[in-house]
Parts: sequence; C-alpha cells; structure tokens
Amino acid sequence: MRIDHEITQSWVKPKSRVLDLGCGDGSLLKSLMQSKQIQGYGVEINSDNILSCIRNQVNVIEQDVDAGLDNFSDKSFDTVIMSQAIQALLHPEKVLEEMLRVGQQCIVTFPNFGHWKARWHLAYVGRMPVSDLLPYEWYNTPNIHFCTFRDFEILCKNMNIDILNRQVTSDNRFSSILNKFRPNLFGETALYRLTKN
Amino acid sequence: MTQSLAKHSVGVVQPQCIKFQKPLTLACGLQLPNYELMVETYGELNAAKDNAILICHALSGDHHAAGLHSPQDKKPGWWDHYIGPGKPIDTARFFVVSINNLGGCNGSTGPSSIDPATGQPWGSRFPHLRVRDWVHSQARLADYLGIDQWAAVIGGSLGGMQAMRWSLEYPERLRHCIVIASAMKLTAQNIAFNQTARQAIMSDPEFHQGDYLLHNTLPAQGLAIARMIGHITYLSDHGMGKKFGRDLRSGSFTQGKNELVKFQIESYLEYQGDSFAKSFDANTYILMTRALDYFDLAREYNHDPVAAFELARAKFLVLSFNSDWRFAPERSAEIVTALIKANRDVVYGEIESPHGHDAFLIPQQPRYWDIFKNYMATIEVSN
Repeated sequence: MRIDHEITQSWVKPKSRVLDLGCGDGSLLKSLMQSKQIQGYGVEINSDNILSCIRNQVNVIEQDVDAGLDNFSDKSFDTVIMSQAIQALLHPEKVLEEMLRVGQQCIVTFPNFGHWKARWHLAYVGRMPVSDLLPYEWYNTPNIHFCTFRDFEILCKNMNIDILNRQVTSDNRFSSILNKFRPNLFGETALYRLTKN
Repeated sequence: MTQSLAKHSVGVVQPQCIKFQKPLTLACGLQLPNYELMVETYGELNAAKDNAILICHALSGDHHAAGLHSPQDKKPGWWDHYIGPGKPIDTARFFVVSINNLGGCNGSTGPSSIDPATGQPWGSRFPHLRVRDWVHSQARLADYLGIDQWAAVIGGSLGGMQAMRWSLEYPERLRHCIVIASAMKLTAQNIAFNQTARQAIMSDPEFHQGDYLLHNTLPAQGLAIARMIGHITYLSDHGMGKKFGRDLRSGSFTQGKNELVKFQIESYLEYQGDSFAKSFDANTYILMTRALDYFDLAREYNHDPVAAFELARAKFLVLSFNSDWRFAPERSAEIVTALIKANRDVVYGEIESPHGHDAFLIPQQPRYWDIFKNYMATIEVSN
C-alpha cells in the first residue's frame, strides 16, 4: 500500500463517515471500507476515475470540488480527505474552509514544492521544476497552486486551523533521515491532520 | 437488420397479458376490483431467482422495451439500445421484466378498457393513479413471477420516480435502484407544462369530458398539440437548433414571391404530434402527467427526503444529462444529497449530452453507456 494511504488510514476511525475529495480511482476509499468498515463517498470530475470507482464498488459523486461543497452539511463527516489534489484547485483556501466546515477532521496531503530538488531546479537550471513526481511543464500542469510545507502551515495559522498531526514522507531512507531535521527541504509529501472549531 | 445488430438484440418477443383477480386499493381510496397488466420479459430467470430486473417506463412508454414483435418489425422496443445481450442491461445475465403500467393504453387496464361494472369504457371515471399505485401493482407482478427481490429496479423520468418509490415502499425487495433523469418532485414550471398539455386535450371539442369513446370519436388534435408541447421540452435548444436550425420545409422568403413558408421544425412537430395521437390514448396522457405532478417523494415523510431515504436499503445509481432542462441535473443532485445524508450508497454521474431530457433513450453516448454498463456489471447474481 502507498505510504501516504497507510498513514491516512491510521488517522481514520473505524465505522466512521469519510468524504474523499478528488478520490481518483477510489482505491483509498476501497481499502478504508475493507479495513475500517467506513461509509465512504468519493468526489471526482475525471470520467475515467469515476468509472474506476464504479468498478471498485466505491460510492462516487460527479462534482467539481472548486464549485464548493454546498450539498454537504456542517460536520456531517467524521473525516474529509484531500489527497494530492489541493495543488490542482482553483480556490484552495476556500475549499479548505469548506472541508473543515463539513468534516470533524480533515486530512490533506500534497507534494512539497520546497523540496531540495525543486529548489535546485529553479535556482540552478533556472526553470520550473519537472520531476518524476511532478512530470508537467508549467503551461500544461494541472497543479496550479504549489506550496511548501511552511507556506501551508502559515495558511493554517492565518485561517485558525489546528494542525493535529503532520507526517512527512520521502522517496528513500537517506532522505527520510534528513527530513526529520529539515522536512521543508527533504520531505516530498506531507500529510496533515487538521481540525477547526 | 444486420448480423451484428441481431447479435445484440433480444430478438422477437411475445408480450403476455396477466390477469389479477384480487382487488387493488388505490392511493385515492378507490378500488380496482380486478385488472390486467401487459408484460414482456427478456433473458432467463435463474434458479436462485436473484437476477430479475424491473423496467419502469416513463410518460409515454409501455411494456415493449426491447426486441421486435415480428421479424418484419421496423422499430424495436423503446429502450432497445440499452437492453439486450452485451448491453448495459445485459440479458445474458439478467432476467428483465418490462410492464405497461396500470392506466396505460397498450393492453394494461386503463381508461380505454371496459369497466366490467358498466360494460362501457372507463373513460372519465377511471381513477386518478399515483406512482405508488403502480409500485404496488408491480409488486403483485413480482409475486406472480415468484420474484422476492429484484436485482434492480430501473427507470428514467417518471420511471425513476417509480424506482425511488420502490426503494421506500418495499426496501427489502430490491438490491439496486437506478434513477435516470428524474426528480423527487416536479417544479412549478414543470407542472405548468403538463397542465398546458392537458388543457390542449381537454379543450378539444371531441374530448367530451373524457368520454370520447362513448361518442365514437377521439380528441386527436388536442393530443397531438399536447405531445408537441411535451416534445419541445424533452429536447434542448441547442439540440433542436443543431437538428433543424431555421431550415425550410417549403416556401421561400424571396422578395416578390407570395409563398407560405414552413420551417422544418414545424413539420417535424406536426408529424410527431399526429403519429402520437394515432397510437396513444388522451385519458392515459392526462393520467400519466397527473401522476408526474402529484409525485412528491417525501410527502409522507414530513417532507424530509433524508428521513424517507433512511428507510431504503438499496444501492443507488443516479444519472442526469447536462442539457436536460425538464429534469435538470440539479433535481438529480437533490436526490444524491439526500441519499448521502441518509448514509445510503450512491453513484452519481452528470453526463454531457446535447439531447435534453430524451437523452436517456438515445444511443451512441459513450459516457452514459460506460457508466451504466460498468455499474450494472457490479450487480451480483447467482450463476
């Protein structure tokens, strides 16, 4: 299982209600249904992903997250997840606010734009970073709102969001030792568990 | 018919008329002492009897949903594109039951049938039906066929309303509920269209307060206009524009020429209206549109659709089409919102289509096909 999915699972309570925004092929929800007996709903706009969710027998709602979550009532989910999707949103801060309105807790994961490889690429090559993790050119990338871990934490502070946990993952063991000391430089993906009262 | 088409067809089918002798008490309080239902079935019921699917038809549909009535038949059943071997409603896996609803005019007991009490056509005295009456009569059909639980109840538009009502009236008797281009209740605008159509029929001098059969006549002109009104609302502005534009059927605008101009859309609507008036009953049209207007999923649940759907046990597939303004995607989204709040399983797709409300009947829409087919493939049945 993907390491970020594994961490996300550990933060979800058994038999709870989970909403996964930008749920992809539904594999996270499917494993949560199997391991935690959750009642889960995915939200997607990509038609191939929606078909995969159907094949995975996962509840999926065709809806544009950027257009808001008006159809979900306050605190109606135990957990709202946004996995590797916030950087592709038009209005990340509005969606974050909405997630925290709808969920008791939220789990947000995203790639770190402050990772040393990205910094090196920009500083020495002088071009927008292209990597295995982010294999797009600046003009065709779906990822339009990049941030570093530090950026995200400043946003949380400004929005009075409580960060309950943070986990940083990286591609190899050497980096994972380094990211304990300088996560914003060596961490590739961050997972945040958030709440707002 | 080409070989490849024939391979995916259910072939020649034989409708059957089933007589029910036990009286049926209707929502309006009246009782039908006995009644008949016209039914077609496709595919085989398996030994476990867990592969049966009920098709609920819309306003002008009937039991003839798939296949042909004779090898010479030019027109297959109304949902033939989606019912058959290898199609979304795959008759190689499922036993499909399609019914002409009570109040219909294609063989089931309705306003044009003879009332046994008088020996005359029911006409204006045929009771007003509600969606739940159909659901109860369909449940009796299930009993008759020995089907305890449907693998799925499926319907578009008014048929979707029946499918939803099934999930509340008989929650244990269906595993999947498939609701296409439907709504939990009609809007005022929607009722207004239906009322205008009814007025077209009722103001026809041949209507005779609904007892036109006693006068050996038909309100054909009124019914044709009613159908035209309906038809306009089932298409989208864009779709109609693309198909007809401002093309002329006859005449011209050449200056100096005094010719009557007729647009293509005019003759198309006239043709649609006239051919419908020849094959459909005016009282049935009034009855069906009223049933549509009266339907309100949550009326008996304190107007709370969440409380209503909490009773359901089925898994739901809800589909809408973006150009459908008669049963707009917002109406389907309301269903989905209520289902999620009620903690029910649901898949929702909003399909891009230029075909308006009629889209649910129209072939060659890959996204509709893919979602429908993949969802149906997840429905478990015994071998």
